[in-house]
Amino acid sequence: MAVETTTRAKVRWGLLDVLVVVFALVPVLWIASLSFKTPATLTDGNFIPREWTLDNYRTIFDTDQFVRALINSIGIALIATLIAVVLGAMAAYAISRLDFPGKGLLVGVSLLIAMFPQVSLVSPLFEIERQLKIFDTWPGLILPYITFALPLAIYTLSAFFKQIPWDLEKAAKMDGATQAQAFRRVIAPLAAPGLFTTAILVFIFCWNDFLFAISLTSTERSRTVPAALSFFTGASQFEDPTGAICAAAVVITVPIILFVLFFQRRIVSGLTSGAVKG
Amino acid sequence: MSVNATPAGAQVSAEAERPTTTVPTQRGGRRKPPLSENKRAERRLGWLLCAPAALVMVAVTAYPIIYSVWLSLQRYDLRFPDQREFIGLENYVTVLTNEFWWTAFGVTALITVVTVAVELVLGMGLALIMHRTLVGRGLVRTSALIPYGIVTVVAAFSWRYAWTPGTGYLADLFSDGAPLTERASSLAIIMLAEIWKTTPFMALLLMAGLALVPEDLLKAASTDGATSWQKFTKVMLPVMKPAILVALLFRTLDAFRVFDNIFVLTAGGNETSSVSMLAYNNLIRGLNLGIGSTMSVLIFITVAIIAFVFVKLFGTAAPGSDDGERR
Amino acid sequence: MADIVLDKVSKSFPDGTVAVQDVDLEIADGEFVILVGPSGCGKSTTLNMIAGLEDISSGELRIGGQRVNDKAPRDRDIAMVFQSYALYPNMTVRENMAFPLRLAKLDKETINAKVDEAAKVLELVPLLDRKPANLSGGQRQRVAMGRAIVRQPKAFLMDEPLSNLDAKLRVQMRTVVSRLQKQLGTTTVYVTHDQTEAMTLGDRVVIMRGGAIQQVGPPQELYDHPRNLFVAGFIGSPSMNFLHAAVQDGSLHTALGEVPLGDRVRRELEAADAPRELILGVRPEHFEDAELVDEDTRRRGLEFEAPVEIVESMGSDKYVYFTVEGERASAAELEELAADAGAGDFAGTGGNLVTRLSAESPVAEGQSRRVWFNLEKIHLFDPTNGRNLTLHEGRSAGALAD
Repeated sequence: MAVETTTRAKVRWGLLDVLVVVFALVPVLWIASLSFKTPATLTDGNFIPREWTLDNYRTIFDTDQFVRALINSIGIALIATLIAVVLGAMAAYAISRLDFPGKGLLVGVSLLIAMFPQVSLVSPLFEIERQLKIFDTWPGLILPYITFALPLAIYTLSAFFKQIPWDLEKAAKMDGATQAQAFRRVIAPLAAPGLFTTAILVFIFCWNDFLFAISLTSTERSRTVPAALSFFTGASQFEDPTGAICAAAVVITVPIILFVLFFQRRIVSGLTSGAVKG
Repeated sequence: MSVNATPAGAQVSAEAERPTTTVPTQRGGRRKPPLSENKRAERRLGWLLCAPAALVMVAVTAYPIIYSVWLSLQRYDLRFPDQREFIGLENYVTVLTNEFWWTAFGVTALITVVTVAVELVLGMGLALIMHRTLVGRGLVRTSALIPYGIVTVVAAFSWRYAWTPGTGYLADLFSDGAPLTERASSLAIIMLAEIWKTTPFMALLLMAGLALVPEDLLKAASTDGATSWQKFTKVMLPVMKPAILVALLFRTLDAFRVFDNIFVLTAGGNETSSVSMLAYNNLIRGLNLGIGSTMSVLIFITVAIIAFVFVKLFGTAAPGSDDGERR
Repeated sequence: MADIVLDKVSKSFPDGTVAVQDVDLEIADGEFVILVGPSGCGKSTTLNMIAGLEDISSGELRIGGQRVNDKAPRDRDIAMVFQSYALYPNMTVRENMAFPLRLAKLDKETINAKVDEAAKVLELVPLLDRKPANLSGGQRQRVAMGRAIVRQPKAFLMDEPLSNLDAKLRVQMRTVVSRLQKQLGTTTVYVTHDQTEAMTLGDRVVIMRGGAIQQVGPPQELYDHPRNLFVAGFIGSPSMNFLHAAVQDGSLHTALGEVPLGDRVRRELEAADAPRELILGVRPEHFEDAELVDEDTRRRGLEFEAPVEIVESMGSDKYVYFTVEGERASAAELEELAADAGAGDFAGTGGNLVTRLSAESPVAEGQSRRVWFNLEKIHLFDPTNGRNLTLHEGRSAGALAD
């Protein structure tokens, strides 16, 4: 930890870096490698495919099962993200900007929910959703996703909102702006990065969920990819689904990798923003 | 799930603060802020803005958990809906005297303790690397985020195929092959998968804490003759304590919910079920709402106890206490 | 450009608390007025009411003869400079300065011309394409000023605009603000808690306390003829010394000796409700080393001897701190001033006396020294209401006046 910039120190850090990168990437590369293997070489245990093929990808995109699940995943995650960010932004604005009784309670409740064991909700939700006829529908998944994404959204956004210097709003008014102009031209551009970061985090959360996805769905109608993966059987009964599973896994990993590549800084700041202050 | 923990409640906008601060000095004592027209409008707006979020959160958690308590007091098996009746605490007796429950509980506790402990150490190392590395900081941070972002099920499949004999590159590490068919090695692999997936999150929270350690403090410690290790334990750790506690709390509660990895890796076979897995099996596979709900309630209580103990032990350092944020 | 008139302006809350009370103030066209006072005195609220950022509970505010109580900030045609500068971080310096003009829907060429002109005046030309994040504190401050001046508003409002700068820059910017205001001749209301800024910048200074105006006047007048204890203690650095004084047989018992009283003050004290205890106020520069005072001057003052605690030589003169025995002066105003200054800075009520003596004085730490002070320059205050008893028709003539 010494603050030295000698070559030796650099090499040492470099080695540690490599270790981290390998540690982080191997499982991902492995599943990608499997997805490119032909059925014949699938079981050779080699880390790098000997024969490359795109057949697995063709297979999954030919089956309704996967395409449908992908649509479900994307649709459900997007809608849940949108709603959670909008509701979260409203609450976070109130929390960071306004003074009203019950604020502490709201913060407490959302913290509790963040720590809530989701499995405890599975049985009552299963029963309630069946009664409300939203079991195995998009709303049936979107609702719990919003609920569990809201604490994340509220915390991240209120940390972001608190950093906005609200004097700017006054300054804009003095500069001749109406309330709406002040919001649109001054506050909104400043809040946008925070909203975007929060949206990414919430999307990752919804995209990731497995427990609700397998408990609150029963058919292709609303099953998302993570859930569908565990029911994958391949194109026919007799085919080994490994290659298809891996291809599907890679497909749903791609957006995550893209997010991480392009928005590393934002995600890190979002996750750590105000994680510890004071 | 992952959430940043800031006590978010305690700040009042400058605009709202100003008129009230101008008054009290005149009469000496501190008065309650007066309720002006603006103030009341502000309250209304505050409630209005928070209402939708609060409603959704309460509707989807509070009501179901109460409903769940109600269900847990009944014999209610969807395969035999006719036999539904109120049976008091009988379900609890059944679950709490059941060997599977306690095995699952033990497995969950073991996984929680081991993974959180290992993650704390690894996460601290990773945080130090991400924070202080001289080369390739962006690269390290980016790659560390991949396990965090990746779908747990995908990672679980990757591990599963890695350890499956015939397919995997890791299967041969164990001479007798098929590590996922044996309890000890299965548990080890489940924990490995969990640790791989969640260490980065731990590391990010710890890194936020590291960023709070003033560089001057470290320099001062150096001039005072502290070794690197002493600097770490005597200077950095105390400053980071709140961050560490927050990270521990979140990870402990999160680890206790372990489900996805087990589902994919062993499906709970060879006595590797966690409590979540067991509850799921009773509910969705067994369609026994009574027993499933009982387990849900028990898990909820356990988590509440863990959270309570954390908050009690660490007092204001834990999130949710929004005192002391007002500057 | 315009004058600003506050006519019994108040800011109060439904439960009866009052932030600003019946403020009457006429600010002439082109005048530079400073609102000063400790934090919580209502100066910022007053400024915000002029700006339109806060509602006026009662009274009338007129800008250029027109009632503007109910007008939105943007319809009042006034510009404001904030303590935090409030620069829009997503815009460059040029865009920041152009923002009010764009909102006013001026055409592009006019906007550019105006921004360029303002940038020239404030020496911002090389910075026009930078974002605020890449500017130093002083540069940001100048951009904030620039944004205010581009639109040539009726008035400038400045809310502690220099308080975020370091000491050296603050002095420098003070002259910039002063020069700019004179050059433009725009009516300016400037809020500060720093009495040095108040003394050096304004044409007139308004001292506020607890939501009410204490005194309004040119800086020197406030300094020489403070109407009450609060003004006396607030203006001046180091501040005025305050000592307890007891009235006895037509003279005053103080820690500095027996102070004789002139007829006028005596008459004041003969009134039935006159206080028996007073507070004696002496500014540091009204002390002198007794050795250096000639016979003629000596008669106008009083001498005492006290142990020297600390000597700070400033080159031009010496600040000498004496320890004096005796009861401490106490009044609500003094406590408030001490709390505002942060106990260390407000020496006025402490056990020691701050004096400014000539540089030639051979005074040394540890010894005892004879010191003279000018009775014609002292003030006497009623501790119950803070009134300056030595004030006659707005002028203070010390204790000896007949």
